[in-house]
Amino acid sequence: MNLIQNVDWAALAPPLVVAVTAVAVLVADLFLPASRRNLLAWLAMGGLALALLALLPLWDDDRATFCLADDPGLCSYTADRFALVVQLLVLGGALLSALLTVPELGSTDEGDGEREGLPGGEFWFLLLASASGAALLPAARDLATLVLALEVTTLPAYALVGLRRGGDGAEAALKFFLSSVTATAVGLLGVSFVYAGAGSLFLGEIATALPDADPRLATLAKAGVALTLVGFVFKIAAVPFHFWVPETYRGAPLPVAGYLSVVGKAAGLAGLALVTTVAFPAHADTWGPPLAVLAGLTMTVGNVVALRTAVAGAHSAVRLLAWSSVGQAGYLLVPLAAAGYVEGAAGRGDAVGAALAYALMYGAVNLGAFAVLALVVQDARATGSGDGRRVADFRGLFARRPLAALAMAFFLLCLAGLPPGVIGLFAKVAVFRATVDAGLGVLAVVLAVNVVVALSYYLRWTALLFQPADEAGTGPAATDLAVTVPANATDPAATGPAASVPVTGGGAATAAPSRVPGRRALAPGVAIALAAGVALALSVVPQLVLTLTNGGL
Amino acid sequence: MITLSGTAQQALLLAALGLPLVGALAALLPAPPGLRGPGGPERDVLRHGVTVTGAVLAMTVVLAFAFDHARAGAVQAETDVAWVPAWNVRLHLGVDGISLPLLVMTALLTFLAALHAYFRPPTGPGTPGPRAFVALLLLLETGMLATFAVLDLVLFFLAFETVLIPMYFLIARWGNGPERAAAARKFVLYTVLGSVLMLLGLLLVGLRAGTFDMLSLAQAQGSGLTRTTQILAVLAIGLGLAVKAPMWPLHSWLPAAHTAAPTVGSVLLAGVLLKMGAYGLVRIALPVAPEGMRVLAPYLGAFAVVGIVYGSLACLSLVRTGGDLKRLIAYSSVGHMGFVLLGVATMTHSGVNGALFAGVAHGLITGLLFFLVGALKERTGSTDIGALAGEAGAALYGRAPRFGGLLAFAAVASLGLPGLAGFWGELLAMLGAFHPGDELSRPAFWTYLAVAALGTLLTAAYLLLVVRRVCMGPTPAGGVKPLPDLAGHEYAVYTPLVALTVLAGLWPAVLVNLTDPAVQLLLPGVVR
Repeated sequence: MNLIQNVDWAALAPPLVVAVTAVAVLVADLFLPASRRNLLAWLAMGGLALALLALLPLWDDDRATFCLADDPGLCSYTADRFALVVQLLVLGGALLSALLTVPELGSTDEGDGEREGLPGGEFWFLLLASASGAALLPAARDLATLVLALEVTTLPAYALVGLRRGGDGAEAALKFFLSSVTATAVGLLGVSFVYAGAGSLFLGEIATALPDADPRLATLAKAGVALTLVGFVFKIAAVPFHFWVPETYRGAPLPVAGYLSVVGKAAGLAGLALVTTVAFPAHADTWGPPLAVLAGLTMTVGNVVALRTAVAGAHSAVRLLAWSSVGQAGYLLVPLAAAGYVEGAAGRGDAVGAALAYALMYGAVNLGAFAVLALVVQDARATGSGDGRRVADFRGLFARRPLAALAMAFFLLCLAGLPPGVIGLFAKVAVFRATVDAGLGVLAVVLAVNVVVALSYYLRWTALLFQPADEAGTGPAATDLAVTVPANATDPAATGPAASVPVTGGGAATAAPSRVPGRRALAPGVAIALAAGVALALSVVPQLVLTLTNGGL
Repeated sequence: MITLSGTAQQALLLAALGLPLVGALAALLPAPPGLRGPGGPERDVLRHGVTVTGAVLAMTVVLAFAFDHARAGAVQAETDVAWVPAWNVRLHLGVDGISLPLLVMTALLTFLAALHAYFRPPTGPGTPGPRAFVALLLLLETGMLATFAVLDLVLFFLAFETVLIPMYFLIARWGNGPERAAAARKFVLYTVLGSVLMLLGLLLVGLRAGTFDMLSLAQAQGSGLTRTTQILAVLAIGLGLAVKAPMWPLHSWLPAAHTAAPTVGSVLLAGVLLKMGAYGLVRIALPVAPEGMRVLAPYLGAFAVVGIVYGSLACLSLVRTGGDLKRLIAYSSVGHMGFVLLGVATMTHSGVNGALFAGVAHGLITGLLFFLVGALKERTGSTDIGALAGEAGAALYGRAPRFGGLLAFAAVASLGLPGLAGFWGELLAMLGAFHPGDELSRPAFWTYLAVAALGTLLTAAYLLLVVRRVCMGPTPAGGVKPLPDLAGHEYAVYTPLVALTVLAGLWPAVLVNLTDPAVQLLLPGVVR
């Protein structure tokens, strides 16, 4: 038996570069003087950018490594189109989240304990470690690597959520941790059942071995399939495994919430797509219908709760994004459920492609929305008016920061799937297309109703951006809020910045007021510009995202 | 007529679609020094709106003259390039005899709306500046024109949805009354619910037939689609379009939206947006899934005639109890669109031609009516019939004779007086109902015919009552209080609409000769 493997380092590069950078950051943090700590941010972002570049040479052909010596068809790591697209999404998402973090870092220059900055070294290490797990996950082709990658993705995330001392972070982290660990345990139980049935951990071998398993083990195998899914469904926050989401988002630092909403979700989605369509294609009748039901439930619960979120409530913007992300998770599940109803690998590949297309759109747009939120929060801090985390704080944003407001409107309309957010519309069309292809009529109608419900709250937010800032609660235009904004208890933000903050655009934020260093507005500005640029480019050439994902697996 | 090469026509159509989009972006930027005129940046941007819509109108008119009328059934000025090859979605654009009149009408109404906005800048409490107004108007125009020019199902959906956001903001931010935001939301949510259902239908057709191209789908006449698929597709597509048209009982967003919308919004909503629903039925449901259409046409016809009578009765009630004039015209639109839907439901040449004719006529006449009611509000501060007329009547004939006369003209045109545009569409639609398509139940359609005829009587009744209450009235004891009569810019806005209403009424062939060859292609094998 040949025990020496040839490892294809180029194929491994994307997750590897991120992991190495993570360690480098941790070590550098020990030796750098406090005044040079901002080098760490550059190092981390450089690592992520390098990992993104490492995707380029892999683009044209499928490569695999860590293969069995006696059966080169079975590999643990495959850099195929699916893996690369998901890696692009998670690494890009991590990079955008990193950009959003820059202003949150550093010491307590506000002189206010509650707003203590994030500790740089630890933060970057955890973020990069989690990103490396997420980048490894879509390329993993055996259950052990898959579960390992999933845990590498999530374990640092608990710490990230609780990183900021004070506030709700610790409690949110604990809740997130406990529920997540339970899901993982259930998932592992499922994996062991599957192993018992199939006698292999390689996804490709499970696909052939599991249907031929001993008939006495058939029930066990089915239970294994179902339980394995639980672990992954948890990560994309599908109902009924969604309860960690709102609290976690609220307690976590804003960039971490954005990171979890996109990268965590993409990782869960990738894992789910791998186990369902690669490992258990023969058990489609076991996972197809439950996924369809989960998808319908998830989108309905997420959208209805988001609809009922009062715009003036504390943290309402974060809450709304959190619940809307639950709703979006439902849309993401739809093509995967549809994959359980179509015949043949090509049909399943198309369905997975639709899910990926949706995930790419969602990733760019949702992080863009988080970036604008970060900007609004900064403005609110700079003027000392509230925490800026309420939807009501977006009132009159167009008057204060026209470009940021236009970008936000674009992101929200993309999420709603209405032109001018053309790419959002195409992503919705992709999802609908998968349901029609699979003949899932009922789910399609549920989806249609959900699109309308979601539009209702996205539109409410969009309309708020363009309302005059001083109209709170009195003018007729205020009636289009479900809940009228109470008069200016904490709302001098609305009028204050208009007078004192020079209008600075999204991309070219420059002369910020004296209390906000220019660099701080610049980072979210760059993030907004990047996200908006991606979404706009895709809107003009939807082909880009659809070719990327064509064929899926 | 003008002779233009195919490439020139093609470029003209592309420019007419692209220019408003570019113009919308340009409206958001400050005017370059050379284009700054007196009156400051607000006038500049309003003038920009007039210029762009005027240029688009000129392009569509040239396109109409360059159109080869001998081949009115064929698609001309055609562009067909791949856009999203992964889905086989193509950037397929072109005009034929069905879309050309609607395209020109859209460009005309938008130009008049921009002209109106230039002379009567949109103002009100809490309204944003005209910059956003012009940008939204131009974006709206892009969507409307594209809806009539695209020949691909996915593109049609995209264009159909593009109009929603601009119209939402026009109503919510520049509208009147405390209900405007709620009305705007209702409009968007209703329409979106309809259009996602339509999307399902479109995808069903496209995926089962293997192409999203409207021309090849129309040519196939539903071959390759099973009967169940066709029925499901027509049901889903029809529901979506019926919300927009609107068909009774899915119309309830319309009165609210019209009452709240600013003049420009009302004109375009009634004049163009409603036609998008009817156009979709003719262009997609009829030729793509004829078998499904045959099954569902009797139901469409039934809802259509109920809408005719319902709209008329609602209007009668409004005029008798002194309701809002804008609301009344909105309900009258439900009735008029009932004729359009009835025409489509007959599945005959005369019926469909009638539907298209009635659509264009409704666009012209109702556009004029909404302009006039907006002007009435400027003069008297109210559109409430009760407040205007009191017990006796508002006596507009005496107080502003030309204005009153024009209002009476529009009302009479709307009730379908022979010799004016409103007549032919309804006549042809009813003629179609007399000889409905093969396989359609004759007794059912004869019943619809009888009900529709009753509807024309009711329509005449409420419109004449409107004329009596608003235009006529006794001279008060202290002499009449004159109102300002028609101003120069009002002549400019109303004259084209009046002229076209008379032209289409006296010379219907100019329109029918355009639509008929195309309709014959959509309905092969139908004799009448």
